[in-house]
Amino acid sequence: MPRRALTGNEAMAEAMRQINPDVVAAYPITPATEIVQIFASFVSDGLVTTQFIPTESEHSAISACVGASAAGARVMTGTSSQGLALMHEVLYQAAGLRAPIVICEVNRSLSAPINIHCDHSDTMGSKEAGWIQIYAEDSQDAYDSVIQAIRIAETVFLPTMVSTDGFIISHCMQGVEILEDKQVQDFIGPHRSAYSLFGGAPITVGPLDLQDYYFEHRRQLMEAMNTSLTTLDAVNKEFKQKFGRGYDIIEEYKTEDADHIVMAMGSTCGTAKVAIDKMRAKGVKVGLIKLHVFRPFPHEQLKKALSKAKFVTVLDRSDTASSMGGPIFVETRAALYDQMPKILFADYIYGLGGRDIDIEEIATVIEKGEKMKLQGKVEKPLDYIGLRE
Amino acid sequence: MPNLKELSKNAGLFTGGHRACAGCGGTVVINQALCTAGKNTVVCFATGCMEVVTTIYPYTAWGLPYAHLGFENSAAIVSGVEATYKALKQKGQVKEDWNFIAFGGDGGTYDIGLQALSGAIERGHKFLYICYDNQAYMNTGIQRSSATPTGANTTTSPAGTKIQGKVQRRKNLTEIIAAHDTPYVAQANPAYWMDFTKKVEKALKTDGPSFINVLAPCPLGWGFSPNKTIEIGKLAAECKFWPMYEVENGKYTLTYKPKKEMKVEEWMKLQKRFSHLFKEGNKELLTNIQKDVDTKWETLLKKCE
Ligand SMILES: Cc1ncc(C[n+]2csc(CCOP(=O)(O)OP(=O)(O)O)c2C)c(N)n1
Ligand code: SF4
Ligand SMILES: [Mg+2]
Repeated sequence: MPRRALTGNEAMAEAMRQINPDVVAAYPITPATEIVQIFASFVSDGLVTTQFIPTESEHSAISACVGASAAGARVMTGTSSQGLALMHEVLYQAAGLRAPIVICEVNRSLSAPINIHCDHSDTMGSKEAGWIQIYAEDSQDAYDSVIQAIRIAETVFLPTMVSTDGFIISHCMQGVEILEDKQVQDFIGPHRSAYSLFGGAPITVGPLDLQDYYFEHRRQLMEAMNTSLTTLDAVNKEFKQKFGRGYDIIEEYKTEDADHIVMAMGSTCGTAKVAIDKMRAKGVKVGLIKLHVFRPFPHEQLKKALSKAKFVTVLDRSDTASSMGGPIFVETRAALYDQMPKILFADYIYGLGGRDIDIEEIATVIEKGEKMKLQGKVEKPLDYIGLRE
Repeated sequence: MPNLKELSKNAGLFTGGHRACAGCGGTVVINQALCTAGKNTVVCFATGCMEVVTTIYPYTAWGLPYAHLGFENSAAIVSGVEATYKALKQKGQVKEDWNFIAFGGDGGTYDIGLQALSGAIERGHKFLYICYDNQAYMNTGIQRSSATPTGANTTTSPAGTKIQGKVQRRKNLTEIIAAHDTPYVAQANPAYWMDFTKKVEKALKTDGPSFINVLAPCPLGWGFSPNKTIEIGKLAAECKFWPMYEVENGKYTLTYKPKKEMKVEEWMKLQKRFSHLFKEGNKELLTNIQKDVDTKWETLLKKCE
């Protein structure tokens, strides 16, 4: 398997080239711009047969994607932050119409104040839109997950976004093992969609759906979300079996004997693993759960994985504005309600607007957690890392 | 141009039984356009009266492929559909030739969807955009749009004791679209079906984007009796409020010359939305409205020379 030094954006663009979608409609935004640029050069150099639509906004980009998907195309786009926020309305339309679009998303904070660096506020703002959400830890993960996402989306007919941490992954070089074009094509197979405007019989897509049917149609969407976890798992297993690597819905790192679990998403997981090794060297029985999939929320997997935990330290790279903490914390606590109060939880919001988080900082909150675990009491369920107050 | 008999063969593409008000001009616009376009046409629609009344699930008035997403994105959806057509044709997965028509009301076109339309035209997709201009947001209860004429009473430009309906002038959307160097642009009117049919035919033959702005008299929003739709349309052309013309690769042609001199207020008098303007003290407003119509007409005639 050829190994190339690629940034996250290059890795995602390379996956797009190999997927060779029928239609890509996109609009540039830092830090996802490169994905669109690189793909445009693939089009200009004849390396793909894609119809590329350089739209005048993200709202139109995603609208064109839904139109293309309804017409029977395999469709992809890329965006970030304000771009995803501008798409917000149409994200729901895509999910409701069961359009299996794949977005290569790069996580960036939301304005105001304007900031171009990483946090998870953008994708967390659309966690209720009916899209599957996959958070990659590094470029390899991003590359592999984008390829898997096509299969997943086109099996359950749900749109899917794969995101990387802005700049931290999107702009950092890493060795990435690239599959052969044919391997990718064989893995994704021919495009599948639930319906097509060119499918023969004339169909009406997006009708007005009132009190007597809307609820059932939304229920079908919820059911598709529920069952998609099985598909996510199956597609990953097949990928692993074929190519020797993969990403479980939740990845457990040194959790076997751990009674203290750290939870995180994205690039921070790499940093957290080093912090955990450090603490383990001091005899602390701590492990990591990397959430690879946030939507649907893997609550059953988490219940199992946290069944032996006494203390959970959650690292959230966004806030919910609920005054209860970040989204990972809020949702994990809800999932674990039956096990509580046996498990104590502490949430740390960190890294907003791209502020760095380092090994020491994570080690410090693990130590704090150890203390609280011994005391059997959480002093501050919500705190911040690396913040001047 | 197809004759009436030929056109009537396509009558089932947009069926009756939908829930538009009696005498709705918008449905006449759609029907005439589709009779000309024929069955190998994909329709993309913006949210608004016509979308709402034709697709209440599980019913549909559409006998051809139709897609609706939102209020402001019908030109963006059609971009994706047209691009897919090219992609699938190249792969041999679609064999026949297809037309693409995006529809939007004045709200969905002059206002909230203007950016998407401008972008789609600039990108050169091969599609026809038809704006059915009923001059307000009818679906949400007759609010003003930038297509609402000066003086009209709407629920967000109500005629009150101090302000006499909409204060501002109409946006000249047809000229804005012509300024995109759009290969084919026209203004039409369902009261002149032959003229409209010819325009739809020309538009669909254009190798690139085309745009037709069609007046769509609305009995409910304008305040006239449902049996007067076509008459109101005709008089809008006669009084020069709604000139019928086309712009082919930059060349302007007037396609209908009014037969008699008629003041715009003769047309306005027939509609309740203007009734307050005929009260004591509003004479100057009427004079200004007439002046505006005259100026625009003169400007257009010069372009058509
Ligand atoms: C983003 C958004 N804003 C507002 C609305 C509410 N809305 C639906 S239709 C409509 C007005 C439609 O006006 P127009 O395009 O002129 O069509 P008409 O109903 O007059 O035929 C409005 C304001 C919406 N559906 N979506
Ligand atoms: S309100 Fe006007 S545009 Fe809407 S259906 Fe009735 S007549 Fe037609
Ligand atoms: Mg309107």
